[in-house]
Amino acid sequence: MRALVAGLLGVLALVATWELYRAVGPEAGVTVGGTVVLPRTSDLAMPHVWEMLRVFGEPASGASDADSVLVVVLGAAGFTLRIAAVGWLVAVVVGLALAVLMARSGLAESAILPWVILSQTVPLIAIAPLVRRWGSQLEVGGLEWQNEYSVAVIAAYLAFFPIAVGALRGLKSPVASQVDLMHAYGVGWWTTLRTLRLPSSVPYLLSALRLAAASAVIGTVVAEASIGLRGGIGRLVIEYAQSAGGDPAKPWAPIFGAVAVGLVAGGVVALLGLFLKPYRRQEVLS
Amino acid sequence: MSAGTHAVEVAGVSRVFDTKKGPVVALDDVDLTVAAGEFVSLIGPSGCGKSTLLRLIADLDQPTSGTIAVRGKGPRQARLDREYGIAFQQAGLLPWRTVAANIELPLQVHGVAKGARRARAAELLELIGLTDFADHHPDQLSGGMQQRVAIARALAESPKLLLMDEPFGALDEITRERMQNELVRIAAETGAAVVFVTHSIPEAVFLSDRVVVMSPRPGRITGVVDCQLGSSSSRTDAVRDEAGFFHAVAAVREHLHGTAPVAVRGVETR
Ligand SMILES: Nc1ncnc2c1ncn2[C@@H]1O[C@H](COP(=O)(O)OP(=O)(O)OP(=O)(O)O)[C@@H](O)[C@H]1O
Ligand SMILES: [Mg+2]
Repeated sequence: MRALVAGLLGVLALVATWELYRAVGPEAGVTVGGTVVLPRTSDLAMPHVWEMLRVFGEPASGASDADSVLVVVLGAAGFTLRIAAVGWLVAVVVGLALAVLMARSGLAESAILPWVILSQTVPLIAIAPLVRRWGSQLEVGGLEWQNEYSVAVIAAYLAFFPIAVGALRGLKSPVASQVDLMHAYGVGWWTTLRTLRLPSSVPYLLSALRLAAASAVIGTVVAEASIGLRGGIGRLVIEYAQSAGGDPAKPWAPIFGAVAVGLVAGGVVALLGLFLKPYRRQEVLS
Repeated sequence: MSAGTHAVEVAGVSRVFDTKKGPVVALDDVDLTVAAGEFVSLIGPSGCGKSTLLRLIADLDQPTSGTIAVRGKGPRQARLDREYGIAFQQAGLLPWRTVAANIELPLQVHGVAKGARRARAAELLELIGLTDFADHHPDQLSGGMQQRVAIARALAESPKLLLMDEPFGALDEITRERMQNELVRIAAETGAAVVFVTHSIPEAVFLSDRVVVMSPRPGRITGVVDCQLGSSSSRTDAVRDEAGFFHAVAAVREHLHGTAPVAVRGVETR
């Protein structure tokens, strides 16, 4: 409850800051040595917060039976959330599998970990068309590759990283005496994984899952935009940006949509954390 | 006496660690026999190989040379046959498990049925006096209570040998003495032999039938002191004030530092 109040206060503070600067900031913005460090306070650069909210009530297009922007953005948010969720699930499976493999053998760790890290230095914009092209050549049992799959794959590509790294840290977190104990019991590696390493990794895993959820959402939005997949927030961002001339507040609508997707994704992980509560007792210690 | 009747037999054991700075002789030609039901303490300055010796007995590490028998078997076989229970300086309880579930851990990983596990845990909780805390989690216990749980866990499979590496090292003096009293009682009740690593001379003397003194670089046994402070049932706090206690303390100190015994004076000035 306190967290909720604090969150609301944070949003209010943000809105207040925005409007305050809007009111007292210089018209031409603040520039240091020719670089703009604070934006212009024009309607185009900084629409009022209530203008942004007003947009949601307006029809999304000129057509007479057009849905309101709110309905369109919500629909797009749902679409994006679904793809992000698939990407996140794939990332969890792949990331966990890699982490277990790396925890199992030092050789695997030194062979895989550099590649895992390197994978994140490749810009998304570069791999999006590649994934799409490779995908279009795939056809499994009459099931044709959809652009949606490409987007999910890209989201997973971005999201598996925090999971692989976080889970690996978690799996290796038991102290020497705990590992010795399992060895003394003469139990195998898998039993040790089940009874000691996996439960120990829960606190690490939860923060990794949270990071991965954010990554999956960002990956989905960016991939939608760069592949040009219709229906999601990514595409809407581009579409509405083009109408900024007519209504400067409109491009903000899909941005709020993306934030909403991120909040829901984060909320789901937080819910997961509630179920795993007994395993989070060690958080106080670590 | 046949080899099978001894709890531990260490013969000519050396352990050399290969480090970046060259070989480190942690143990050099160590011989040690622990009889069934005997309480033996290992004492000596840091780095003299106490933990190494204990780990070799527990088959958590292998000797470079020499032989070890645990209850008449090779260390590996003894470990797989669950001949010993073990406890370390850190209690190492699993924080997500209740006290009872922590005690049940070894039974659970060895496939003991739930009912039998419960019963055994209840017995051990009684033994360590924590019955009321069965459903608590480790973070709700004091350090001393956690260590008692770790000892109960080590006893879960009724081993005839207990290996303990500074189990009271992190406890305050008051808790420590109480735990020592309790350990004497537990060892007597279970009839288990104990190999106990410690840094505290009074602790070693109070607990043990024999105190084995070690010295570092290379790790060697430099002396063995017989304590014999009476049977475990009569070994209460009063023993700590007896002349025999001070004699043994002085003898251990002499082996450690090579100085003349001073304990008799210690008794007289009380
Ligand atoms: N895994 C290892 N690799 C390299 N050297 C080791 C290893 N384990 C122990 N040693 C070395 O062996 C020697 C004995 O170590 P050990 O831990 O047995 O001492 P100890 O008597 O238990 O000391 P303490 O009282 O501080 O616990 C030390 O010099 C230590 O540095
Ligand atoms: Mg040690």
